Amino acid sequence: MKEKKNWYDYLWIASLTYLILGFFNILFAWLGLLCFFIPLFISIIRGNKAYCNKYCGRGQLLSLIGGRFGLSRKKDIPKWMKSKNFRYGFLIFFLIMFFQMLWNTCLVFAGTNSLKTTVTLLWTFKLPWQWSYHGTLFSDGVAQFAFGFYSVMLTSTVLGLITMILFKPRSWCVYCPMGTMTQLICKAKNVTSSQKS
Amino acid sequence: MAKRKAIVTIHDCVACGCCIKVCPRNAISISSGIHANINQDLCVGCGKCAKECPASVIVLEVIG
Repeated sequence: MKEKKNWYDYLWIASLTYLILGFFNILFAWLGLLCFFIPLFISIIRGNKAYCNKYCGRGQLLSLIGGRFGLSRKKDIPKWMKSKNFRYGFLIFFLIMFFQMLWNTCLVFAGTNSLKTTVTLLWTFKLPWQWSYHGTLFSDGVAQFAFGFYSVMLTSTVLGLITMILFKPRSWCVYCPMGTMTQLICKAKNVTSSQKS
Repeated sequence: MAKRKAIVTIHDCVACGCCIKVCPRNAISISSGIHANINQDLCVGCGKCAKECPASVIVLEVIG
């Protein structure tokens, strides 16, 4: 009784393409900002999680690999991983690392630091990535942001894949910082709208 | 025979919407982006959502 697929059921192709493009030209990493702003705008303007529910290509990719291809143990996620403490803690940690990355970008824009053509995996491992850097039109900072943002995207993909294998395909959704953030925005909106009426 | 229905532990739900996609009866919605809601009139207790839920917050309970 399943109805036919919608256009947005194929957004996993976009997510996969994004990861692949990062191997060829790092400047494509800027496109990842879409996965950052679209869910925020949807939750702020519409007050729902339509992004997670329908459009998230990352989630679709994980359910395809973990579900359809069966690369998942399909076990329950540990209790602590779905606790509010861990989810909010991970969101804060993620944001701190994100702002640190933005600060690094600023320093390169300002000329204080020079461009580092590495991708940092799991906030620790610096992978040489110079092959996908072919110069930039404006400032080196533009490329530094691309390297930084791609690091964020690759790190979260790797974490998502690890928890996909260990637990259920879309375990990433439980502690996804964007998901936690949009749910918080929806909760806040709901409180204010119920106070109005 | 007692009927089984899917019940969401609202407190732990992350509102990801994985359950919506697998429900053969379209009985699930995410209300205001906060948690999943299961229409008990439509739910046939098949358990697909419980199996899919990445946070494992959906359980089947015997009703009535």
